[in-house]
Amino acid sequence: MSRPRLALYWAASCGGCEIAVLDIEEKILDVAAFFDIVFWPCAMDFKYKDVEAMPDGSIDVCLFNGAIRTSENESMAQLLRKKSKVLVAFGSCAMDGCIPGLANLTTREDIFHWVYRESPSTMNTEDVQPTPHFTVPEGELEIPEFFATLRTLAQVVPVDYFIPGCPPQPPQILSVISAIMQGAALPPAGAVLGAGEKTCCDECGRVRNEKRLKRFYRPWEIEPKVEECLLDQGIICMGPATRSGCGALCVKANMPCRGCYGPAPNVMDQGVKMVSALSSVIDAEDPSEINGILDQIADPVGTLYRFSVANSVFHRKQVPAT
Amino acid sequence: MGADGKRFEPRVVGFLCNWCSYTGADLAGTSRIKSAPNLRIIRVMCTGRVDPSFILRAFQLGADGVLVAGCHPGDCHYQEGNFKALRRVLLLKRILREFGIDERRLRLEWISASEAQKFATASTEFTEELRALGPLQLETSVIAGHQEVAQEVRL
Amino acid sequence: MRKITIDPITRLEGHGKITIFLTEDGEVGDCYFQVPELRGFEQFCVGRPVEEMPRITTRICGVCPEAHHMASVKACDAVFHVDPPSAAKKLRELLYSAFYVSDHTLHFYFLGGPDFVVGPDAPPADRNILGVVRKVGLEAGQKVIELRKRAQRVVALIGGKAIHPVTALPGGLAKALTPAERDEIVGHTDYFVEFGKFTLAVFDQVVLNNEAYLDLILSDTYTHRVYSMGTVDGNNRVNFYDGMIRVVDPDGSEFVKFHPRDYLQVLGEHVEPWTYLKFPFLKKIGWKGFVEGKDSGVYRATPLSRLNAADGMATPIAQEAYERMYCTLGGKPVHQTLATHWARVIEIMYAAERAAELARDEEILSGKIRTIPTATPTEGVGCVEAPRGTLYHHYITDGRGILQRVNLIVGTTNNHAAISMSIRKAAQGLIRRGSEITEGVLNQIEMAFRAYDPCLACATHSLPGSMALEVQVFDSNGTLLTSKRRGC
Repeated sequence: MSRPRLALYWAASCGGCEIAVLDIEEKILDVAAFFDIVFWPCAMDFKYKDVEAMPDGSIDVCLFNGAIRTSENESMAQLLRKKSKVLVAFGSCAMDGCIPGLANLTTREDIFHWVYRESPSTMNTEDVQPTPHFTVPEGELEIPEFFATLRTLAQVVPVDYFIPGCPPQPPQILSVISAIMQGAALPPAGAVLGAGEKTCCDECGRVRNEKRLKRFYRPWEIEPKVEECLLDQGIICMGPATRSGCGALCVKANMPCRGCYGPAPNVMDQGVKMVSALSSVIDAEDPSEINGILDQIADPVGTLYRFSVANSVFHRKQVPAT
Repeated sequence: MGADGKRFEPRVVGFLCNWCSYTGADLAGTSRIKSAPNLRIIRVMCTGRVDPSFILRAFQLGADGVLVAGCHPGDCHYQEGNFKALRRVLLLKRILREFGIDERRLRLEWISASEAQKFATASTEFTEELRALGPLQLETSVIAGHQEVAQEVRL
Repeated sequence: MRKITIDPITRLEGHGKITIFLTEDGEVGDCYFQVPELRGFEQFCVGRPVEEMPRITTRICGVCPEAHHMASVKACDAVFHVDPPSAAKKLRELLYSAFYVSDHTLHFYFLGGPDFVVGPDAPPADRNILGVVRKVGLEAGQKVIELRKRAQRVVALIGGKAIHPVTALPGGLAKALTPAERDEIVGHTDYFVEFGKFTLAVFDQVVLNNEAYLDLILSDTYTHRVYSMGTVDGNNRVNFYDGMIRVVDPDGSEFVKFHPRDYLQVLGEHVEPWTYLKFPFLKKIGWKGFVEGKDSGVYRATPLSRLNAADGMATPIAQEAYERMYCTLGGKPVHQTLATHWARVIEIMYAAERAAELARDEEILSGKIRTIPTATPTEGVGCVEAPRGTLYHHYITDGRGILQRVNLIVGTTNNHAAISMSIRKAAQGLIRRGSEITEGVLNQIEMAFRAYDPCLACATHSLPGSMALEVQVFDSNGTLLTSKRRGC
């Protein structure tokens, strides 16, 4: 009886999800013994042609991390969907767009303009810009197209399961893979695995009192008390709007949560939930006093949607049609 | 002008609180005060019930503008609900702005049960303001588990 | 010309691709190393509060997030004109040293090392950690897993999270160490030091005692005489966390020594249309193309370059290894690309010794780890040696500390031109008229690339671990003539 076939692939990602898989430490040996790993470009020899040659649906599980930024990312998403029985959006980039999703608050034109023209170290007097097709004296060169909008995996192909986190924490990864190895029945398609059903506040452990905020503080402005809720002390913490499962690691290290585990269960837009939370704790009734307090939120969308712009209601900043 | 040459009719969603503004709107109707027909009214018990995600959902489903109308400050049937709505709307407007959406598409009004004319005027003015802004045209749709995303949209 | 495409290259942060053009007589006409990826951090960070950058820029790379975390917080310190307490700087450097041990180890045992330990022409199924383990013993594999576990633990204790640390703030760190945590860390750093010695011994037994490998290291196919860049302390010793940037010319003389904030006077970035990644070069000399020598602005910033640019190592065992390397290879500077593996192993030793020093420094328990900034934020540059090269973060903010402009020159980027040249030279040396493009040839082209340890060191444990390579030969009509691939 052949071993179940496993694939791991990265699209527009940082590699942290691959390291998180390795951080299950010696358990990786059990994983490698149990599965036949048929595609893992960062670690193995198989190439795109090998995946194309596989029968459809012959990959039992594919863990796909990274967001869809380029035409190469998109075609690999489509290819792996076809070849996989179970396709998992692994990590925040694949699930919510993560940090690269912040590019959806700007435009491709502005990115290219800065990187290849305006940045102070760039010396490009001939105004060269990278382009998908370029002819050199010897022949043709190609690079993928950089799309105008970054997308999540589920915005491109149907996805079976989601594992949140930036990165997913190794104990959670292990629990999901172990469940598969032990033959546990899979939950209904669309489920979120390797995470909790509450918010980060549930794992936090700090003491929460009634919040009446007259001002917000930036993290560098004060040394917060270690036992008390950070939001109580005026530091914006995304804990109330973030799914549990990470163990509240950042808060335990005295830094506010920034939301990398994505929205809580049954929430369609992470940032707007934090609008609700913040509105409840601001202690002011007069519009100009309220606005004065809101002015202290240094970067509303970048803070409330740090990891989830691409998966928010609007997906990207709206730009005028040209 | 719409694509078919007809005048653009904004689609406006309104969250009106039961005790004050909904009653005021009702009074406008029974008093035969004319107001723009574009407003689709959703009655809530209090504007404090309006989760800001409802507002985004309205935009997502095709609203060109969203009105939130409640009791005057200090008159809320549930004491503080309208203050919550005020703070949510003020913060949400900043979010909309950063997402490139004109914040005038979200409007907050205090309309009491007897202010039928105020309701009619606000509703009509809002409709005309939206007509001038044009359709929002967010082209997002959910299809069988995956979503298509617009590359470029109009404000 | 006939075109050979190697796509994708693996073990690079993101993706890489090589296109080789063959002339009519089957020689290599030219060779292009293309980076098909861009995410746009410099632009999309505009509008973000500067103090968030140490947590945003870690997502540039999940293998070396610590490098970005540190470069970023140093830039933030500069932006706020704040000097963190000494205890905070030492804790940051301790975290950084632990990370260095882990990251370089990952590369040596799982990525680059197998070429030497089992041999460049060994069957692909052996050229990975399994083969390494068979050669040097299972204990070695277990030691490496244990090493990574301990190093990640040290990072998490100081940084909050092992992958994407969070505690660095303008003015210091958010979390102090308890005495119990410090004692635990001391134990871990002792392990690092033993492991560093063990790795130097492995390199000795397996590589240096093998004539064929020494010849390979010294061969011209893998040699480039270019400028070398690295960070040095006040005594011109290698330092990963802080110091002045020193560049020496191909003959080893100091060309320039500059403070990181002056990087724009020294470095420029060249653009080509067939790759998204830019090519940094030395401005004073200028961009002369993909050529080596004193008159070309191409430079390298790698472990080997760091050792070339410095006068020595700041810790004893590493210093001894440093002297031995230069003695064996015929003096300074060394330009043989494959010697980068040796330099990397020497850096493991230094990082381990440095971590052990810092862990025992009583000051790290002082509890005073933050200075609250009071000055108006403006502009700053933060710089560290990332394992793969000098890393520059440059931020300009408004008066509230909201970013207006961001410029980054990231480790591997420094080496983009040199990597291109190394691949081309290897391809030209190995693919000759009439020669068969064997699997071994493919691997030897890869070795030219692999020595640089591209940013994403995603290693394998027990998995067959050679790089995916496919070589396709097309005629001038684009018809596929032959295809060779290397599977596991």
